[in-house]
Amino acid sequence: MKAPPFAYHDPRSVAELKGLLGSLENLRILAGGQSLMPMLNMRYAMPDHVIDINRVDGLSGIEKTADGLRIGAMTRQRAVERDPLTARHAPVFVEALQWVGHVQTRSRGTFGGSLCHLDPSSEQPCVAALYDAVLHVSGPRGDRDVSIHDWVLGYMTPALEPDEALLAVTLKTWDGPHGYGFEEFARRHGDYAIVCAGALLQLDASGKIARAAISLAGVDVMPVRLREAEALLVGRTPDAATLAEAAACAKAIECMSDAQISGDYRRKLAATLTRRALTSAAARAKG
Amino acid sequence: MDGIEEKRRIRLVVNGRTVEREVSTRKHLGDFLREDLRLTGTHLACEHGVCGSCTVIADGVPVRSCLMLAVQAEGMVIRTVEGLAEPDGTLHPIQEAFHEKHGLQCGFCTPGMLTTLAAVIEENPSIDEAGIRDAISGNICRCTGYETIVDAALSAAATMRQGA
Repeated sequence: MKAPPFAYHDPRSVAELKGLLGSLENLRILAGGQSLMPMLNMRYAMPDHVIDINRVDGLSGIEKTADGLRIGAMTRQRAVERDPLTARHAPVFVEALQWVGHVQTRSRGTFGGSLCHLDPSSEQPCVAALYDAVLHVSGPRGDRDVSIHDWVLGYMTPALEPDEALLAVTLKTWDGPHGYGFEEFARRHGDYAIVCAGALLQLDASGKIARAAISLAGVDVMPVRLREAEALLVGRTPDAATLAEAAACAKAIECMSDAQISGDYRRKLAATLTRRALTSAAARAKG
Repeated sequence: MDGIEEKRRIRLVVNGRTVEREVSTRKHLGDFLREDLRLTGTHLACEHGVCGSCTVIADGVPVRSCLMLAVQAEGMVIRTVEGLAEPDGTLHPIQEAFHEKHGLQCGFCTPGMLTTLAAVIEENPSIDEAGIRDAISGNICRCTGYETIVDAALSAAATMRQGA
């Protein structure tokens, strides 16, 4: 349970980071280390180079921009959880983070790290998908923005070139009053989710649903937006029957199976958790 | 890397004392504390971030020392279980409460429990039982069933509220 030997680099600036990305091979970027360090300790990862971005200037912090909430890739989960900007503009993120690991791991773990690690059951990509996040990526060949919906290429595989790093993420937060809900089922609190669901609902002046977003994680290798249910909700009154009808759309999605959890069980959880998340969102949207 | 052991000199404060050592860049903080500083109060069990035994307080927040490289602690202020009591031996309220309420049996998880709870109670002495249970949800104890640990934590929080 000891990490293999590697060359350690700790750049102080984005320019220095890009220089390393452009010149080194078989590298891993070390952010909060709550996934990479276990992988190193268990020697699942055997990089020649570890680039520690903890001391890179300007990668931490949250700011409100015209596009939403811009969160630096190195921003610790604990900092996201406690920032008043998160509570104000993305309260569902605060709720989702209560399910992420434990206080000791949130003290170190980062939003950017989670989005690059891409555990299929992780809450943070689920929240990113809920807010149609844009990921700001950089490398020696230039900067580019990637939509969260194009970000996951496959199982734990982000659309990141070997010489690129994720620098920040913009959540396209919703303006105006709206409701939110986040629900999860895990065997024990802090364990990996089997399925989790996030929902946002905005009502118009007459109390009908003007806008809806539903995101699920743990069902597939990437977070799944329940577009059919979102479309069904718009224009309807958020009563229990309507929310249940929308949540039932989750019963039709393709779900992965593994030795312990069948796809069928995940689908049932997805429908139940979606209904609960929508119910919370509707109650909060009504204020 | 062809087995080449890369080393680097680091300087940090551990339990109030500034230490400077040359360390392998791949060595995690827990091993550094135990092997290089002989602070064997920090226990290592799973070494992949699941059990919480190796928790230390880094710049005021509880972290898993097996999931941090020692070189990452450069410039940090680290408190281990050895640093909880006063220099004259007066126990930290959480240690006193563990003693009083039988918050330990075999003692293996205890350093991680103490450091986690010391950090959260110092930050918020008004923490309630649900908060305590959430705080130690990442620490595994196979002896106590957690009840006496929660009792001890609530008692320590009460003591610290009175002291404040």
